Amino acid sequence: MDIVQAVQVRYGCVGDEAVDLIAATVSTPRVRVASLVSFYAFVSGRPRGKVVIRLCNDIIDRMHGSARSALAFFDDLRITFGQTTPDGMISLESVPCIGLSDQAPAALINDVPVTYLTSDAAHDIVTQLRVHMDPQKLVKSFGDGNNAHPLVRSVVRNNIRLPGPIIFSLGVRGEAIRKALGMSPAEVIRTVKTARLRGRGGAGFPTGMKWDFCRSADGARKFVVCNADEGEPGTFKDRVLLTERADRVFAGMTIAGYAIGAADGILYLRGEYAYLRTFLEDVLAARRRDNLLGVAILGKKGFDFDVRIQMGAGAYVCGEETALISSCEGLRGDPKTRPPFPAQKGYLGFPTVVNNVETLCCVPKILEEGPATFGGHGSQGSSGTKLLSISGDCLRPGIYEVELGIALNEVLRLAGADDAIAVQVGGPSGQLIGPKDYARKICFDDLATGGSIMTFGPGRDVLKTAACFMDFFVDESCGYCTPCRVGNVLLKERLERIRSGRGEPGDLEYLRRLGTTVKTASRCGLGQTSANPILTSLANFGPRYEAMVKANQDGFNSAFDVRAAVSEAEGIARHASVIYPQGIEER
Amino acid sequence: MSDRVTLTIDNVQLQGRPGQTILEAAGEAGIYIPRLCHLAGLEPFGSCRVCTVLVNGRPQAACTQPISQGMVIESSTEQVREIRKDLIDMLFVEGNHFCMFCEKSGNCELQAMAYRFGITAPRYPYMFPARAVDASHPDIMIDHNRCIRCARCVRASRDLDGKEVFGFVNRGPHKELAVNAAARLVDTNVDVTDRAIDVCPVGALLKKRTGYAVPIGQRKYDHTPIGSEIENAGSQ
Repeated sequence: MDIVQAVQVRYGCVGDEAVDLIAATVSTPRVRVASLVSFYAFVSGRPRGKVVIRLCNDIIDRMHGSARSALAFFDDLRITFGQTTPDGMISLESVPCIGLSDQAPAALINDVPVTYLTSDAAHDIVTQLRVHMDPQKLVKSFGDGNNAHPLVRSVVRNNIRLPGPIIFSLGVRGEAIRKALGMSPAEVIRTVKTARLRGRGGAGFPTGMKWDFCRSADGARKFVVCNADEGEPGTFKDRVLLTERADRVFAGMTIAGYAIGAADGILYLRGEYAYLRTFLEDVLAARRRDNLLGVAILGKKGFDFDVRIQMGAGAYVCGEETALISSCEGLRGDPKTRPPFPAQKGYLGFPTVVNNVETLCCVPKILEEGPATFGGHGSQGSSGTKLLSISGDCLRPGIYEVELGIALNEVLRLAGADDAIAVQVGGPSGQLIGPKDYARKICFDDLATGGSIMTFGPGRDVLKTAACFMDFFVDESCGYCTPCRVGNVLLKERLERIRSGRGEPGDLEYLRRLGTTVKTASRCGLGQTSANPILTSLANFGPRYEAMVKANQDGFNSAFDVRAAVSEAEGIARHASVIYPQGIEER
Repeated sequence: MSDRVTLTIDNVQLQGRPGQTILEAAGEAGIYIPRLCHLAGLEPFGSCRVCTVLVNGRPQAACTQPISQGMVIESSTEQVREIRKDLIDMLFVEGNHFCMFCEKSGNCELQAMAYRFGITAPRYPYMFPARAVDASHPDIMIDHNRCIRCARCVRASRDLDGKEVFGFVNRGPHKELAVNAAARLVDTNVDVTDRAIDVCPVGALLKKRTGYAVPIGQRKYDHTPIGSEIENAGSQ
């Protein structure tokens, strides 16, 4: 994986020749290397430009006018998405959410994020690139906090609107680890269990229990993996945590390592956040200097732990923990068969704990102030606080640390989205809900979410949103299992038919049935949730669909396009149909 | 601890051995759970999902899920049958399967599965993808139009032949079978005697000049439905 990525960076592609060479060098079958290269969006078999402009195509960016920036790029570069300028200098790509929905429209220019794009800004970017071809020179001003750090130097803003007492707590560096090392590993796990900490990535699995499984599993080595492959559209909390609380995240990993008996940690950083990598390496180096990582941490003999960074390469499915492990192992990001679970057999077959960035960021506080303080926040079934990434039609997009159990309408009030006609809770894999559900609570037992909250104001089209999300899942499916690989394409086809006005009443039941099969039969969490944009919008915005699929008054089947049906025959016959010479409307 | 595990499939109680999958335990008891990607002797893969069952109400792939004491499994209920029919339909519309002039007809597991489920035409629209045929090798051909991405050949080549002639490239709907060469099968070290060439459930991987050695009408599934060998063995 690292070799393939390095070749990509240096040569702009990993072509056939490179695949042969890599395969020969690492003594692996060529087809395995080809499989890897073809899987990841940030790796290309064909040459790309020296500079790749990746414009985010997320629904939020579209709502904020990304199409205007796209047109400006098309005009100036005289290419469209997926193409490279004839001089081989600049490529243009359309990519899913890059974790900047709070400052949309956004793009990545190589690794460098640019935000709040306009058509003028797009023109300006091309003009400058034509002169110096150096994306970093596009950054004229820096964002707040560590975005201005000499190793980050990014225009990105944190947009922390509401810092809370747990996750954004600074603490005293090293304090939590010191406390943990004063206990036995079993006591650390008990403490985390007592705090009732549950996974913040969306699934909500009890963290202490996961650690316990891994600790009791047999294995010559064990691993702690921090899942920073924040790919759920509309989520950007991990970006902010890694920028501002990287030390806390690494402390959480170290404590996890002590608890389960691991010496190795891996931070799996999504490719879109590559601009943070040097900075994070520096944080790790500082922790090594201060004996917070390395051998005999804080003088504790026998406790050695270190962290390496593994870069992702543009694959949403790698946020699924077993796919993430596949990717760490240098394979395509296919999820693995479960059981065995990672806690039994994970990275390279060794027991592995995979925790979300935010989950690990909660851990130091639990050690510092005891489980009761943490458990005192939130609700009984959902203790602690939660980061929400809020974007869309709202006055104050950004990061909010809220008590779990908060009502959605309170969240909307905080963000200035009181007039929302629909809210996507939990990203595309979550649910699209309407005003009748705004009193529901954000917690594990009601509206469970990894933290993505997208708000849609008056006049927004919920079917367009669903279609946009289905495109996302079709692109991001790994293709391993039938229902996800095929079913999502079929769902999208029928939704588009409805949107184009050619739907029929039976299509709604068709979507429900097909969606349920995809949800039920898919192999991993991606497929099990990929039908949600359609299933939840159908359930909560049924009338919007029904209005589109009214039965035809004249008894014709509206789904049948006679012009399209005869067009091929017309081409062969080289004359227009005698029966249907014009469109059916004119008949 | 007993060396038997008791479970229930469609209200039939049976015993299996620890470590067996649901599919294996069911098979020994004469209960056929439909499957396409699975083949005894190969590592379970779990991609086609046709063997989906409900275990205590939760969907699982029977080919990969180990049995445990007291499992209550639904396999031939209406709900599960409908899911399987959907999956079989999906496999048909995803590729280009023209049974009437496919030399695998009668020996094809996908076709046989459709017959077993009484599917005469898929309920989903055909995608008619443009896919290639690789006839470069003198004795073997790959017709990508019929591939269902079951990875039987991938696994057999890797685990039985010790070669790794096959793999997958691309992702999502574009995922496809690839060979361990820049483009053509003839440039790999495949041999017509490889186990990998015999395991294809459909007509994607074929030996040349053998297609009609057994006439249509006398083929494996021409008179008995797929799965009946397991069901008959169990009833004896």
